[in-house]
Amino acid sequence: MIATLLSGDAPRSRVLSVLLLVVLVCLALAPFLFPGTRSLDTAARICVFILLVASYDLLLGYGGIVSFAHTMFFGMGAYGVALSCEFLGRSWGALAFGIGAGIVAAIATAFLIGLFSLRVRAIFFAMITLAVASAVAVLVSQLSQITGGEDGLNYQIPRALTPAFKFMEEPVFGVRMNGKLLNYYVVFVGALVGVLFLLRVVNSPFGRVLQAIRENDFRAEAIGYRVVQYRVAATCLSAAIAAFAGALYAIWLRYVGPSTVLSMEIMLDILLMVVIGGMGTIYGAVLGATLFVVAQNYLQELMGLAEGAFEGLPLLPALLSPDRWLLWLGLLFILSVYFFPTGIVGRLRDGR
Amino acid sequence: MSDPILRLEGVQTDIAQYHILQGVDLDVPRGKVTMLLGRNGVGKTTTLRTIMGHWRAKAGRITFDGADITARPTPAIARSGIGFVPENMGIFGDLTVEENMVLAAVSGRIDPARRDWIFEAFPPLRTFWKGPAGTLSGGQKQMLSIARAMIEERKLYLIDEPTKGLAPAIVTTMARALRELKEAGASILLVEQNFAVARALGDLVAVMDDGRVIWTGEMAELAGDAGLQERLMGLSMEGGH
Repeated sequence: MIATLLSGDAPRSRVLSVLLLVVLVCLALAPFLFPGTRSLDTAARICVFILLVASYDLLLGYGGIVSFAHTMFFGMGAYGVALSCEFLGRSWGALAFGIGAGIVAAIATAFLIGLFSLRVRAIFFAMITLAVASAVAVLVSQLSQITGGEDGLNYQIPRALTPAFKFMEEPVFGVRMNGKLLNYYVVFVGALVGVLFLLRVVNSPFGRVLQAIRENDFRAEAIGYRVVQYRVAATCLSAAIAAFAGALYAIWLRYVGPSTVLSMEIMLDILLMVVIGGMGTIYGAVLGATLFVVAQNYLQELMGLAEGAFEGLPLLPALLSPDRWLLWLGLLFILSVYFFPTGIVGRLRDGR
Repeated sequence: MSDPILRLEGVQTDIAQYHILQGVDLDVPRGKVTMLLGRNGVGKTTTLRTIMGHWRAKAGRITFDGADITARPTPAIARSGIGFVPENMGIFGDLTVEENMVLAAVSGRIDPARRDWIFEAFPPLRTFWKGPAGTLSGGQKQMLSIARAMIEERKLYLIDEPTKGLAPAIVTTMARALRELKEAGASILLVEQNFAVARALGDLVAVMDDGRVIWTGEMAELAGDAGLQERLMGLSMEGGH
């Protein structure tokens, strides 16, 4: 049963299995284990980023395709939901239409970029994705009549997914049974299903051909596979999942803006998460995204505590000041890439 | 005699500014092993790669099984029934031995009888069937590379230097497997530097020099005439052992 769910691709390391299980349980029970708005927000963000990073892993880790347009697809999904809810009104139909439209737009754009540029060398493809993504980001901030420009959009989603909706009067284990909770589980289940789907894709014959192409594209052609078609298909699939992740994020936040869903910073974060977790594993996305988002959200507090603990000592409190959290985050990444060149998952699998 | 399975007529290929093939004419008959011989750098590998469409012929015509394949894309050429074993093996190291084999089967499935036949020819592949191909030894990778072409019956096998750089014991295994393939009635075009292996396997020979086929004939004729060997390719230096 579990093997079928994981498409026969077991974690293949005891420590990794335990870590994945811990992440799964923590996310599944997050509203009860970590009550509070901020922690629930972090949990939802982790779910969304796991899916987003896993979809990028399909492209980079399995297909060997370097793209800088992944946040653009993420943004398309998010803006799909936002625009649809803004202009079609508050209804389930509008929400579903928004998700669908975002995904279709992402697939169409990915198809066009892929068709025109995947025949050329990898570096040109990367450059073209960068150019298109920047152009779209500029377009979104310029078209302020429609997209809200730099300010972004606040919109209404169906009431059942908002805190105003209560489906039980009494709290359960101290947690209010409201629409926010439902909203979280929409995001959680969406991300879980998405990741399981990606596992299925990478372990299918299609995924194997992608890996073969990444390793030796001429050889893959010489045994009869049309390399460009496979690369375009992988780009479209990965874009569709990224857009779906974007839609989930938009449902959770009830707000979109260029800096939350389209910025180049997010693209770099995705790259870091996939590398730290371990490329070409899908599971790497789970660990990479979890670690990264937790560090982004809680490193400052941890440093605040540490600063207090070392008060009175020379230099240390200054180094540990919460304002320097980015320095430590950077240091952590350099160390992790240095010590785990194959990512956390690669390291755990080698060391079993 | 029936039509040849493969025919090259006046094939010319350039790689960058170099004029590598300068008009190759070659017939590969059905059900026989044709050896493509010649010194290093005369265009043997380029000939195979041009047939596969990796390098495009700028002039001439390549006919395979009655159809003109000169301008076809590589995957279409492969799917029309050519099993190609490149010189540098080109196995997929991140995939398992089994996955390598499944990928090479056009149908996407492996016939168990065929697999057992391959296991008998190359026992290490049975041992490491579920293991990553990247951890195989050089000889085992070469076995996998040939086994991948053999996983299905092909109309033609193009094999580039299968024994290059291998230990003598593995050369013997390789030669035995190729002999079995030959006895099963396969049409093979084989590039081979080891003349002992070439002599044992080949029915026909085409010798290349300077981007052209300069001599074709029966293997027996070439093998029996040391002077001819010397004249065509200086084989006394490489083929004596």
